[in-house]
Amino acid sequence: MSLTKEQIAQRIAAELKDGYYVNLGIGIPTLVANYIPAGITVVLQSENGLLGMGPFPFEGDEDPDLINAGKQTITTIPGSAFFDSAMSFGMIRAGKVDLTVLGAMEVSENGDIANWKIPGKMVKGMGGAMDLVASAKNIIVAMMHTNPKGESKLLPQCTLPLTGVRCVKKIVSDLAVLDSTENGFRLLERAPGISVEEIRSRTAGKLIVEGEIPEMKFE
Amino acid sequence: MNKVVSNADEAVKDIMDGAVLMLGGFGLCGIPENCISALVRKGVKELTCISNNAGVDDFGIGLMLQKKQVKKMISSYVGENAEFERQLLSGELQVELIPQGTLATRCLAAGYGMPAIYTPAGAGTEVAEGKEIRNFNGKEYLLEYAFEAEFAIVKAWKGDADGNLIYKETARNFNPLMAMAGKITIAEVEELVRPGELDPGCIHTPGIYIHRIFQGVNYEKRIEQRTVRKSNESYKTKESK
Repeated sequence: MSLTKEQIAQRIAAELKDGYYVNLGIGIPTLVANYIPAGITVVLQSENGLLGMGPFPFEGDEDPDLINAGKQTITTIPGSAFFDSAMSFGMIRAGKVDLTVLGAMEVSENGDIANWKIPGKMVKGMGGAMDLVASAKNIIVAMMHTNPKGESKLLPQCTLPLTGVRCVKKIVSDLAVLDSTENGFRLLERAPGISVEEIRSRTAGKLIVEGEIPEMKFE
Repeated sequence: MNKVVSNADEAVKDIMDGAVLMLGGFGLCGIPENCISALVRKGVKELTCISNNAGVDDFGIGLMLQKKQVKKMISSYVGENAEFERQLLSGELQVELIPQGTLATRCLAAGYGMPAIYTPAGAGTEVAEGKEIRNFNGKEYLLEYAFEAEFAIVKAWKGDADGNLIYKETARNFNPLMAMAGKITIAEVEELVRPGELDPGCIHTPGIYIHRIFQGVNYEKRIEQRTVRKSNESYKTKESK
């Protein structure tokens, strides 16, 4: 069975390490916050000026001055700090953020990513995405393997305007965990019940398959 | 030293057609609501607005877009405003979409007296077109210039008559940077106090950057995406060490 968005988030959360500062993009990546493994501490950075983002507030506790990068009302955790937008992107650019998780419309074999523009149709702007992919030490892309028309989103080359070049390291899709390498997408894990052949048939870019490919494990 | 003016209309009275403005805020959070209303009342046109977002259709900068007051927007994300997207796609509105970090840092550069900065954001993408590129330690950086804005309009939580400002939570965002960058900076605050009432060690923007300040009124503080969790929803929070 291909993974749900929640399961993609859960698999990505398994990559979190104790003490990590993490930026989660809008969409599937925000769900990663719900699956932080027990026993480790992670500080979530919100690029609009907060370290220590907490869960959504209870009804009635919403604070209009306290939102995340997706403009949702949030809370903070003990030890949080507020700062301005230049410091926010400064800490990203200077490599202080350990992991960035974001979504993608397309990724290419060599790690290019397109996730901000569909010319003539969707031109909402790149927000912080270009800053994040240009400077993040560690990038994991959360995405569906194919688009609603069934076309592969893992391509030899991106067709959409790029957000960044040669920057994607790891991809977790609803079908697989893959690394982006010089020579193509290296398959690391399969979603439970999904075969290598099915992944291959839905990956337009070059797929490197070496050895037995295990199924993803969920606690 | 008294920089206090009576209200928003007074504060924006010399902003003319064609002005280049910076407007603080992230989404609808920390936006200068009173000054935006005053600009709408004033009917000033052909504006260039540097602001991270463009509000929503019926609030924030969206109000100025509805009245076709904006000639050009310089922003990083304009997703929640259908009128904006429509004016953009039809060509009525000039738009420069720039990376959010670049937008913030170009404001910072202006405020810190630096004519330009280097950033890797956008290298290898259409954002890099026409720009000087330089390699530092094997990585490509784009040369980006400090903004030049005649007026910066910012919103703060507290301010005193000398222009010292303190911001609240995530309503801070671009406000401190734009405050430093404007040739003339106008600050609207929720609470205007006397000099000496604010702890000097807690000032976010020293008054030297502020030219006019006024007590704001009737803040709506609209929430764009009211999001809550249910009381029985489990949520893994950070465990304290």
